[in-house]
Amino acid sequence: MLFALPVLLVFLVFSWGPIVKGLVMSLQQTNLIDPVKWVGLENFRYVLSDPAVGQASLNTLWFTLLALLFGFPVPLLLAMFLSELRGRSWLYSTLAYLPVITPPVVAILLWRFFYDPSPGGMFNSILGSVGLGPFLWLDSPSSAMPSIVLEATWAGAGNAVIIYLAALTSVRTDLYEAAELDGAGVVRRVWHVMLPHLRSVLLLMLLLQIIGTMQLFTEPLLFTGGGPQGATTTILLLIYNYAFVNGDYGAATALSVLLALALAVVSAVFQLATRGWSTE
Amino acid sequence: MSERSALSDADRKLTRIRVPFVIGQVLVLIGLLVAGLGPLLWLLKAAISPTQDSVRSPLAWFPSGEVQWGNLSTAWQQGHIGYYLGNTAIIAAGSALASLIVCTTAGYVLSVLRPRWGAVLSGAILATLFVPHIVSLVPLYLTVLKVPVVHANLTNTFWAVWLPPAASAFNVLIVKRFFDSIPREYFEAARIDGAGALRVFTSLVLPLSRPILGVVLLLSIISSWKDYLWPLLVLTNPDLQPVSVALPKIAKVTELNIQLAGLFLALLIPVLLFLVFQRAFLRGVGLSGGIKA
Repeated sequence: MLFALPVLLVFLVFSWGPIVKGLVMSLQQTNLIDPVKWVGLENFRYVLSDPAVGQASLNTLWFTLLALLFGFPVPLLLAMFLSELRGRSWLYSTLAYLPVITPPVVAILLWRFFYDPSPGGMFNSILGSVGLGPFLWLDSPSSAMPSIVLEATWAGAGNAVIIYLAALTSVRTDLYEAAELDGAGVVRRVWHVMLPHLRSVLLLMLLLQIIGTMQLFTEPLLFTGGGPQGATTTILLLIYNYAFVNGDYGAATALSVLLALALAVVSAVFQLATRGWSTE
Repeated sequence: MSERSALSDADRKLTRIRVPFVIGQVLVLIGLLVAGLGPLLWLLKAAISPTQDSVRSPLAWFPSGEVQWGNLSTAWQQGHIGYYLGNTAIIAAGSALASLIVCTTAGYVLSVLRPRWGAVLSGAILATLFVPHIVSLVPLYLTVLKVPVVHANLTNTFWAVWLPPAASAFNVLIVKRFFDSIPREYFEAARIDGAGALRVFTSLVLPLSRPILGVVLLLSIISSWKDYLWPLLVLTNPDLQPVSVALPKIAKVTELNIQLAGLFLALLIPVLLFLVFQRAFLRGVGLSGGIKA
């Protein structure tokens, strides 16, 4: 079958192959120079005893938690509001999507300038005009991560808005009519018709967001390089350092496998916990 | 049936609903203008400002009264932004083309030809959706360093950034779904008329699926335009690097006004592309949410 050739080749070489290879490599010692050595679970033992992994895990979880707090309610409320607009809603969704279009590197370099810690920096002078700050933003271990979350939320919110909006266009309008005939006010129509309709998309977006935020890389690398004092070193940044700075590919893949396992557990627990809610 | 949402037409005429709703609209619009357009407009201003203006009073409107249009051409020429944008365009075009070839042929096999082993193939492709990319980052890098069987080293060739994104289960899935929606009678009629599998593909399936192909094209161009980590790893030769990899390096060695001009130039094309194809974009994203759900 000639037509299956491109997909077979590309998936074999660049998808299925590397997945299997990753699992095998996590049990080997490879640095591309010495011959490959089978070391069993040694890489996992090494990675789990590295104190940097503990801190990176906590940092990553902290990022994920903050990203959910900042990033989950805003797009939802925005999409619910926009779905009520008639006519000009394209203008609103276009504006909301602009940050998503901004290439991450451009956004990060721009925000790095906004986060200038001096009193005359962009954000500090805005906040200074209402008597707040100046804040250190990226330069203090306690505020560096929230600063990164703020930028990442700005960059990603538009995506969620559009997806919720698309889901809302499929609400059966007769449900609203029925609710209205039964005397339900606007608030109860939102609560009993609109939100339940979004439930499965919401749960999915929640899961995707958790999985996505646990793989944060570009932002900490370009904003802070993992600092100050390791406060923004994420697991993915550590994997990058293991592999491409130290040349320890075994440790890097072992940590990747552990992260993937953690993600699988999160998804499984999530699916179990929300089973029954996600169907209407 | 009239188009409606949670608010009915009758609600919209009530003052106690209309007034807060209109106020809400204005506030949301202002918020979106500030958050969505604000940073981009500020970047435009800063791109043609002297460095001191941007640093000392970032919120003021050309405080020194000087407009430096020259920043843009300096960034374009001395910062080689134009050159790096060219690389980015080559990378985006190549990976979009590779994605299109893979997902249309795969969709055709799975949806139209339906061989007996189709279910296995489709399952194997779907399974990759559930494996986080992170597992394969390092082994994928080593694969590109030495491709199995042919033993080619793809690093510092565009193939390294064109081919791996083509292995996208998501693209295969949305294209297959679209092909599924084409009435089967078309294929039967074409076959009775004597068209072979290739002919059905090129003159029936592809022309009919232009909308979905446009969506795949746009989404893959934009994702390769945004990519940073992968090109950073596999394109170490500065002559091949895309603008996303070049910008952080430029930022280290150039003055702020030129840096910001470079950022503006790098932002311009995606934003223009988005504004022109805005509908297709937003539809594609909405579609992706629907598929994942």
